[in-house]
Amino acid sequence: MLFYRLYRDKEGRKVGFVQGNEACVEAGLIAGLRFFAGYPITPSSEIASVASAKLPMVGGKFIQMEDEISSMAAVIGASMTGIKAMTATSGPGFSLKQENIGFASLNEVPCVIVNVQRAGPSTGLPTQVSQGDVMQARWGTHGDHPIIVLSPSSVPEVVELTIRAFNLSEKYRNPVILLMDETVAHMREKIVLPLKSEVEIIDRSITTIDSSEEYKPFDDCTLVPPFSPFGGKLRYNITGLIHDPKGFPTAREDEVVPLMDRIHKKIEDNRDDIVEVKEHMTEDADILLVSFGISVKSSLGAMKMAREGGLKVGVLQLVTIWPFADREVDIVSQQVKRVFVVELNMGQIIREVERACRGRVPVEGINRYDGHLINPQEILSVIEERMK
Amino acid sequence: MMESVVHHHLRPKKKFPHIWCPGCGHGIILSALVRALEKTGRERDEVVLVSGIGCSSRAPTYVDFSSLHGTHGRALAFATGIKLGNPRLTVIVLTGDGDALAIGGNHFIHACRRNIDITTVVFNNNIYGMTGGQYSPTMPTGAFAATAPYGMIEQDFDVCNLSVATGASFVARGAVTNPVALERYIRQGILTKGFSVIDVVEPCPPIYGFYNKTGTALDMMRSIKERTISIKKAESLSPEELKGKVLTGVFIDREYREYTEEYNKVIEEAKRSIQDEEPL
Repeated sequence: MLFYRLYRDKEGRKVGFVQGNEACVEAGLIAGLRFFAGYPITPSSEIASVASAKLPMVGGKFIQMEDEISSMAAVIGASMTGIKAMTATSGPGFSLKQENIGFASLNEVPCVIVNVQRAGPSTGLPTQVSQGDVMQARWGTHGDHPIIVLSPSSVPEVVELTIRAFNLSEKYRNPVILLMDETVAHMREKIVLPLKSEVEIIDRSITTIDSSEEYKPFDDCTLVPPFSPFGGKLRYNITGLIHDPKGFPTAREDEVVPLMDRIHKKIEDNRDDIVEVKEHMTEDADILLVSFGISVKSSLGAMKMAREGGLKVGVLQLVTIWPFADREVDIVSQQVKRVFVVELNMGQIIREVERACRGRVPVEGINRYDGHLINPQEILSVIEERMK
Repeated sequence: MMESVVHHHLRPKKKFPHIWCPGCGHGIILSALVRALEKTGRERDEVVLVSGIGCSSRAPTYVDFSSLHGTHGRALAFATGIKLGNPRLTVIVLTGDGDALAIGGNHFIHACRRNIDITTVVFNNNIYGMTGGQYSPTMPTGAFAATAPYGMIEQDFDVCNLSVATGASFVARGAVTNPVALERYIRQGILTKGFSVIDVVEPCPPIYGFYNKTGTALDMMRSIKERTISIKKAESLSPEELKGKVLTGVFIDREYREYTEEYNKVIEEAKRSIQDEEPL
């Protein structure tokens, strides 16, 4: 059952006043989502409910698996048949999915994992808002691995970034994590869904090779090897073991190193395509607030209040969290006197910001980790105190 | 003749030698699977083998089908995504007793309950071989293992009874000492539209044999031959005579609501529900 309605505007675009979770599925369908596997967990559950109703309408598949681990595995399996697949979860479930996220990363299986963050650790504060999974999104699965993480700060951005998550995932054959938070997930805002003609939809490149003997699923001649769906003309092996270009287990140094280097290089060499920031009144700013997700809204509120009081505050919004926007932070931070990092945790992305600022400017965190949003007034008070 | 079928299906650029120990039963099971597949007439390109972690889970690496060597215990979950993603495919899961029933136990019972058209072959040697001989959920009570130096005090799972109770369509037990029957059971499993389980009794001479002093590979094969008894034959035996015996044969063969077919009905229903609204 759906708890929202979409209407059409004059140009035929679908318009609605919807939750972030609902918007995520609507946008996913535009991006080509055709498979969802999940397990119930608040505050992400609406994503599964909407997917269960909407996917079969377009011939797609939804399955509620027996746990979080199997949901991630089923998503990988479905993606291997060539269809776009997604799962959604929250903190405890995100922890459980980690091993298979590593499998997807190593085997270059395109997929989107939505993590609607809630306050942790453990069962934490169900199900109040948090941004405590920043580092888990980067390093949650064991071993060195490439990952892309995007974080929307509003419901319209959920639409924009869900489509982007699928596109990046297909383009680079890599899992992409959409790091939402409870407030963005449950908040209602107006969305306008783009027409298919208005958005770029990227599908993974498919190999033109037609013999199994010649096909190398992990060919190191290219950064992103072309894909072949299971059930197509080519037979090949994939494995969670480190593998050679043919997909067979190897422990040979001359095969291990090229594979590890390539899967990281495909992200690093394309970081300008992947990394996105939004700057809000940073041109003349003396004080910079660096933030992401729902805390961007708090920061923008504080910026407005501060400017009314004559303080030149700007906001640097991290849209892509990983890979980290170190160059962008570096450039903007050079023109300000102070940097504050606003996040709903005890200080996670701040370490990356400090690293990018290289000690040239004081960096301080403005944090909450009690399951509540940061009030713009709280941010303003800290700024005013320091700028006395 | 039999040999040629198996050789035909070995990977062209093979990664041999295989990792299995002398006397291991895995090769017998894999060759029975290949022969069974050949007899079903399924297109080679439309078969996907899925495995988890353990000695037996290396089996798909050696044969020329599309294959996914996944994470420990999760073979059935990967397989579920593959089958639902493309129901046209013949999806076969190759898994060990620890992989299928300990770490993967939850997926196993839910795959049975869901009755999705996947065939699962359990390489059941009652022990964790790859990690050095720890007790598995099918190790008989009283047996010894690296982690049961005083003897196994837990009760073992009966794979077939578990599968029947949780809803599988086709359930059989074979043994590596009777590869002809084993091949037949696997073939029947593949041809069944629904979830199929083939439990295979096999020895692990260097590890199970080492901890339990069960003798050479040949001794262990002989022991399996003595222990196994067909369901039909067992009917005429008393409970005392059946003590210590392992039943082989077909436990259940029933076709009913299969998951991917049921889901196709969901798609039809959902598409009907939006006839008044333009689909995305």
